[in-house]
Amino acid sequence: MSVAESTLVQVQAVEKFYRRGSETVHVLEGIDLGVRAGEFLALMGPSGSGKSTLLNLLGGLDRPTKGTIEIGGERMDHLPDRPLAAWRARHIGFVFQFYNLLPVLTAERNVELPLLLTPLSRAERKRRVAIALAIVGLAHRAKHFPRQLSGGEQQRAGIARAIVTDPTLLLCDEPTGDLDRKAGDEVLNLLQALSRDHGKTVIMVTHDPHASARATRTVFLYKGQIVTEMPK
Amino acid sequence: MKYLHLTWSNLRRKKLRTLLTLLSITVAFVLYGYLAAIRVGLSAGVDVAGADRLIVRHRVSIAQPLPQTYQARIARIPGVAAVIHQSWFGGIYQDPKNFFSQFPVEPESFLRMYPEYLLPEDQKQAWFRTRTGVIVGRATAKRFGWKVGDRIPIQATIWTKKDGGRVWDFDIVGIYDGAQKATDTTIMFLRYDYFDETRLFGTGNVGWFIVRVKDPDHAAEVAAAIDAEFANSSAETKAETEKAFVGGWARQIADIGTIIKAILSAVFFTILLVAGNTVAQSVRERTEELGVLKAMGFTNALVLALVLAESCLLACLGGGLGLALAWFLIARGDPTHGALNVFYFPVKDLAAGVVLALALGLVTGLIPAWQAGRLRIADALRKG
Ligand SMILES: Nc1ncnc2c1ncn2[C@@H]1O[C@H](COP(=O)(O)OP(=O)(O)OP(=O)(O)O)[C@@H](O)[C@H]1O
Ligand SMILES: [Mg+2]
Repeated sequence: MSVAESTLVQVQAVEKFYRRGSETVHVLEGIDLGVRAGEFLALMGPSGSGKSTLLNLLGGLDRPTKGTIEIGGERMDHLPDRPLAAWRARHIGFVFQFYNLLPVLTAERNVELPLLLTPLSRAERKRRVAIALAIVGLAHRAKHFPRQLSGGEQQRAGIARAIVTDPTLLLCDEPTGDLDRKAGDEVLNLLQALSRDHGKTVIMVTHDPHASARATRTVFLYKGQIVTEMPK
Repeated sequence: MKYLHLTWSNLRRKKLRTLLTLLSITVAFVLYGYLAAIRVGLSAGVDVAGADRLIVRHRVSIAQPLPQTYQARIARIPGVAAVIHQSWFGGIYQDPKNFFSQFPVEPESFLRMYPEYLLPEDQKQAWFRTRTGVIVGRATAKRFGWKVGDRIPIQATIWTKKDGGRVWDFDIVGIYDGAQKATDTTIMFLRYDYFDETRLFGTGNVGWFIVRVKDPDHAAEVAAAIDAEFANSSAETKAETEKAFVGGWARQIADIGTIIKAILSAVFFTILLVAGNTVAQSVRERTEELGVLKAMGFTNALVLALVLAESCLLACLGGGLGLALAWFLIARGDPTHGALNVFYFPVKDLAAGVVLALALGLVTGLIPAWQAGRLRIADALRKG
């Protein structure tokens, strides 16, 4: 397989400005980044350096001011809202720092949410939810509500929700930021296994060197620019 | 449909808040049902009044009697198809509280004039045979537990009998139903021949005449001709259509209708604020959750629809409960025990109530839904 073929994410000359009153805030400047399929990439940098902003651009939650983003050979940075939503549903799984499960739904109902957007039958949805919960080791907690789960368990449910549609790309914004070392390690083990054993491409924002050590590569962001790339 | 569980779960998020909102919507719709029933109760006579029937009364007031001999003279007037007379009996059954009307009439011509009173053939025949026989409407029969064959004593307030007695014993020979729901089935009809022979005074007089005209379009001309016939006599008449006659009522009822509308508007405006606040608050509380749904690929339109579904579900549950409760309570009868001759919840108003509930849901959900739909994901997620 050639390098070009295995490049899943291609970011070129991306800039992101925000207009705050009369002044323009340059959050990202001249970002060039390639991510190969199956990579487990860590994104590090000080607070406010633009990590979440970049992750949002990659996930199609926001659009770059300039530059292009291609994922799987398809440019998605200029898609209108509706096709972009459909694109997200098909290609992206998000994992958030604070898990962001819906408190009114059980773990399995939370995991089922992204599948509601697909034409799958109820039985088929149930089957896939069960598989995703089994992968994250939460099969026995399926009927529990988020408040009945520990932080680590909630985050694993969050990961199950992110992978249940079998997305192209898994985007995690500080997935261990709110967890203690032990629970954090479990989540990292899981992400690592997803990348290594299931061939998932994972991009993870983190502040924690312990977490980035699990990644296959780490990229540093500093004041909106990629400063050093150190392949591991 | 697969989103129903999500919508339902969101309503259960703050159970007490949802319950209180639900209750206030329910109460509003029970009130709506009662006011609708009261309005039909008040306007029942107006709605069923025949356009082809005239009422001919004494020019001074309906309480003044007219000679029965007028009947033949009215019958000769061109355009008159039929004419009957009625009178006011004004009796009391057991207690003055138990008010209902009793009219002496001539059975055969009376039943022909009022096809809306439905009476089985054998009961008709029994009435024609029995001089002391009376027919009562279903509502009154139910109210006092009367059956065919019962003999009931009615205390006269006006008509002393020739023997000096004031208690009239009548035999119930028939119970009639109304052809329409709004037909008044509280009146008791007795036989005029028996009434006229038995009363001590007033013999040969009647209360008023009912005239059926051949062509309703010429009702006004026939009425004028009747009044002209008796002009300058000792008892001048005033003829008008049944609709115009009850129309005096109707104007007052229209005023009451306006008051009812004003009350309902105020109630629903309040409910709009209460339910609207509930929905708006619950959406504001989960800005982040909505952002997460959108991050997953839920479109703006779908998120908008979900919020709208929530407010509609709330309004329809509350409205449905309220309308069902109103239906049930109203079916148990007039709460004033007799002030309203007709009391029911019209299907038309029930249907309007369902539409109203749905509209309430849409209006209360509109702004929060629109805001939820417009919400930008990156902003929503930053709130966390
Ligand atoms: N919608 C916005 N409007 C204005 N400024 C914004 C907006 N979104 C982000 N920013 C600014 O962009 C910069 C980068 O934000 P971002 O959230 O990407 O940082 P981060 O690297 O994820 O930081 P942290 O580690 O604290 O999460 C910040 O200075 C932030 O204030
Ligand atoms: Mg961040």
